[in-house]
Amino acid sequence: MDFELMLKVYPFFLEAAWTTILLSVLTAILGLTCGTLGAAARLSRFAALRFLGAAYVSLFRGTPALIQLFILYFGGPQIGIQLDAFEAGVIGLGINAGAYMTETIRGGVISIDRGQREAARTLGLSSWQATYKIILPQAARLMVRPLGVNLNMLIKATALVAAISVIELTYTAQRYIGSTYKPFEMFLLAGVLYMIIIYVVGRGVAWLDRKVQIN
Amino acid sequence: MTEQTDFVEIRHAQKSFGALEVLKDISLSVTRGQIVGIIGSSGSGKSTLLRAINDLDPLTGGEIWLDGVQVNKSLPHRQYEKHINEMRQQVGMVFQHFNLFPHMTARENVTMAPKMLKGLSQAAADKLAEEQLDKVGMLERIDYYPSQLSGGQKQRVAIARALAMKPKLMLFDEATSALDPELVEEVNLVMKRLAEEHMTMIIVTHEMDFAASVCDRVLFMDKGVVVEEGPPATMFKHPTKERTREFLRKHIEGAK
Repeated sequence: MDFELMLKVYPFFLEAAWTTILLSVLTAILGLTCGTLGAAARLSRFAALRFLGAAYVSLFRGTPALIQLFILYFGGPQIGIQLDAFEAGVIGLGINAGAYMTETIRGGVISIDRGQREAARTLGLSSWQATYKIILPQAARLMVRPLGVNLNMLIKATALVAAISVIELTYTAQRYIGSTYKPFEMFLLAGVLYMIIIYVVGRGVAWLDRKVQIN
Repeated sequence: MTEQTDFVEIRHAQKSFGALEVLKDISLSVTRGQIVGIIGSSGSGKSTLLRAINDLDPLTGGEIWLDGVQVNKSLPHRQYEKHINEMRQQVGMVFQHFNLFPHMTARENVTMAPKMLKGLSQAAADKLAEEQLDKVGMLERIDYYPSQLSGGQKQRVAIARALAMKPKLMLFDEATSALDPELVEEVNLVMKRLAEEHMTMIIVTHEMDFAASVCDRVLFMDKGVVVEEGPPATMFKHPTKERTREFLRKHIEGAK
């Protein structure tokens, strides 16, 4: 194994890792937004919204994220959507992650005992008041861990945007392989950096989960 | 204030789940300050009737009136929601499984709705919480979370939570059924005290002794109808209907 080479190229990988992190953060924000809206639609009292929510989930979970990215980035210009690679990456992955998060958030909400809403409504709270004061604070605590799993998947999925040439970790590894012919070292380097990011995020999620638990 | 004879009035209550008819044309009126017990085996419709009173389980037919206002009137969705939220503020409900809010302390459970719906200040709300929790003997645990309380303590906090809204009527849906036997008495005591204060109460219960000791009237329900009703002395000692006798026999046997 060529450690010398790894040491030499490592600063460039570090820079690429920042792109991966930025991509992950933006994707997570967009994913959470889409997931919240999706879950609200799925749980709506209006059948049309429930249908839209369900369609969103099955469409984006039912096709490969890579195909979704390709359609957006390569197919987009054909229907008047011009995005640079990074934008397409964030939007494509964010909407995809949102479909998974929709189910996580919905799962958290519906796992709260029916009696909680009944008790709140009985006191005279409106449906919305019961939701934000009683249901969501409890559901949010249950969602931390599964959303952490979504986040973990999402970070790893950012590797896909190498295919639309966003200069992040995976793409950087591929680029250096082109000039060094050392795929083992280059992918190993990228892998280690992914692992560090995911480990830190995982610890953060575990910390948050402990912090929000009742007692 | 003029005394109304019919404080709670149920007119021809009917409820079906698909083809299954769980309430069959029930009419009932309760005067102010009266304490009515509803007994019957599970599936008799007694909880459904109780839950219809504050529209938690809406009727498919018939009317519910409280203090001269129809609870289940037909209105467009938004107006109905506003109406029903106002009605529910006047009706306290206590559940079999307490349904305390686990993410809130006893104090917060009690003050949440008065603060939110009646705009009580924190100071006024704290005073209210102390008052209500003291009344149910839970003042010492005011800052405990539900998970730190026993079943009986939870139920007493739940009663305080309902009372904090100053309801005109209290509904008890098998309030002691989920409790360990040794915890039943403390909850019964709180309910007895409420009875002495002439709170209007409708109590669905499995406890015949308790019903006999606090209720002014007892209704026996079976298969969606009120089979028989009367003062507890008559109901428990000299029931006229065979179905009532059979139920009481089984129940009293079962309790022994």
